[in-house]
Amino acid sequence: MIEVRSLTYRVGDADILKGVDLELPEGGITALIGPNGAGKSTLLHSIAGLNRPAAGTVRIGTLDPFAASGPARARTVALLQQTPVAVSRLRVRELVAFGRWPHHRGRVTSRDEDIVDEALAAFALTDLAGRQVETLSGGQRQRAFIAMTWAQDTPWMLLDEPLNALDPRHARDLMARLHRLSRETGRSVVIVLHDINAAAGWSDRIVAMKDGRVFAHDTSTALLRPDTLAAVFDTPFDVLEHKGRPVVVAR
Amino acid sequence: MARVVFAAVLAGLILVSLGLGAASLAEDGAWLLMVSRFPRTAAALLAGAGLALAGVVVQQAVQNRLVEPSLTGTPEAAMLGMLAVTLIAPGLSVAGKMLVAAASALAGMAGFLALAERVPRQDPMLLPIVGLIYGAILGAVATWAAWYTDLMQYLGIWRLGEFSGVMQGRYEWLWVVAGLAVLLYAVADRITILGLGEAQARSLGLDFRQTRGLGLVIVSVLTALVLVTVGAFPFVGLVAPNLVSRWRGDNLRANLPLIAGLGGTLVLAADVIGRLVGHPFEIPAATVFAVFGAGVFLWLLHAAPGRSHG
Repeated sequence: MIEVRSLTYRVGDADILKGVDLELPEGGITALIGPNGAGKSTLLHSIAGLNRPAAGTVRIGTLDPFAASGPARARTVALLQQTPVAVSRLRVRELVAFGRWPHHRGRVTSRDEDIVDEALAAFALTDLAGRQVETLSGGQRQRAFIAMTWAQDTPWMLLDEPLNALDPRHARDLMARLHRLSRETGRSVVIVLHDINAAAGWSDRIVAMKDGRVFAHDTSTALLRPDTLAAVFDTPFDVLEHKGRPVVVAR
Repeated sequence: MARVVFAAVLAGLILVSLGLGAASLAEDGAWLLMVSRFPRTAAALLAGAGLALAGVVVQQAVQNRLVEPSLTGTPEAAMLGMLAVTLIAPGLSVAGKMLVAAASALAGMAGFLALAERVPRQDPMLLPIVGLIYGAILGAVATWAAWYTDLMQYLGIWRLGEFSGVMQGRYEWLWVVAGLAVLLYAVADRITILGLGEAQARSLGLDFRQTRGLGLVIVSVLTALVLVTVGAFPFVGLVAPNLVSRWRGDNLRANLPLIAGLGGTLVLAADVIGRLVGHPFEIPAATVFAVFGAGVFLWLLHAAPGRSHG
């Protein structure tokens, strides 16, 4: 379980996070939604131990990501940032293999090799393994970075807007893959999404943030109501139902 | 195949370099080889390797392929340190002078890093330009200091890299490059991870700042070593890593030896060409290399992103 208590993060005089309290149970996909500047990305970085907060605590199980050693933290939680360095001339397999680094720290075992192969297969990259990341399309490149994060083999995987710059087919494909993989492996995924319908379609629960705080936290169906969404985004929405799932339409 | 060609070219250059000079090897050949020709050849290879390695480490540390130590103010800072030593403690041992040069190179590098963190990343050309200006400012200070203290000659020697003065007993510090190369190879994975950027590196559990600090200390020492023993060679740190990156990619565990080898080969080639063109007179290797390096730099700026050969 992830427990966030009274988390405050400050840049200069601006409070980006204003006392966030949040409990996320293990398993499934949690979507983090909210308007630009709500603090979603900052919260994700704080949970991953990369942003040291001004106040408050984070626990991932028993691990304190700010006190833990780098490798211990990196074996518990993996973060993929929003815009990974795009110009890498690493080959896809080399990139994905770096996900194993917190485990082997330079001494690669055959188990590491196997996990890299599995991650390549899980994200349909086996045929691209020898290609340089730089030469891939946007969708393939995003898959390669997510496969690296997957190969890190952590109980918690945090993805910051992974659907950015993906066309509908690749976005759907990625969400379906993550949904299936998290079911199969029991690993927990926290994912920042701007597409509310991607959250509606694939996530088990949604955390809506606004203005540096958690505004609402519930199952997808319970949270996606016109009044809640209107209050989070300050804009009117209709929520329809399609094949038993909510579909959100900006009015 | 490419590797065989590369090895053959390198071997050929070494033979030419050993055989080339005003004096004939027929008389006292062994002595001549030991005192002059071998030291000169080794110095060119070591200096080139050191500069190429320094280049790739800086590039990974700031995630920008278009920088190298001479575009970070580091050599100018080292010159300032050497000027200070020459004025204040001229009797200091060579080791002491080397240490001062490395320390001031590191201070110069730290200044560059502070600038780099404030430069927007969208346009990769911006950082080398900022570094160029920063280096020019430090260089101007060095020129001013040297002018007032009548040390312009020293500055001239440091600024123009060449190997005609290399003899047994006057280049051995460059062997430290070989030691640092081994150290870099041991941390090659970490340096590659630096190139993925700070957030990604830290998410993989790497202590980003500590690793970058270690890398930049090595860069400063490499830059100071080469500058003090044979002078400055712009472009080597840019050209060798970029050519290898285009050819073989960015995995330093696999490519560091190649980068070092190419840097050494290119500088040795520049020295051999400089000795052949106006024989028996010599053109400084740095001048020869600058012609080639500037051309490659222009090509790097304009060339489309390379396609891979899977």
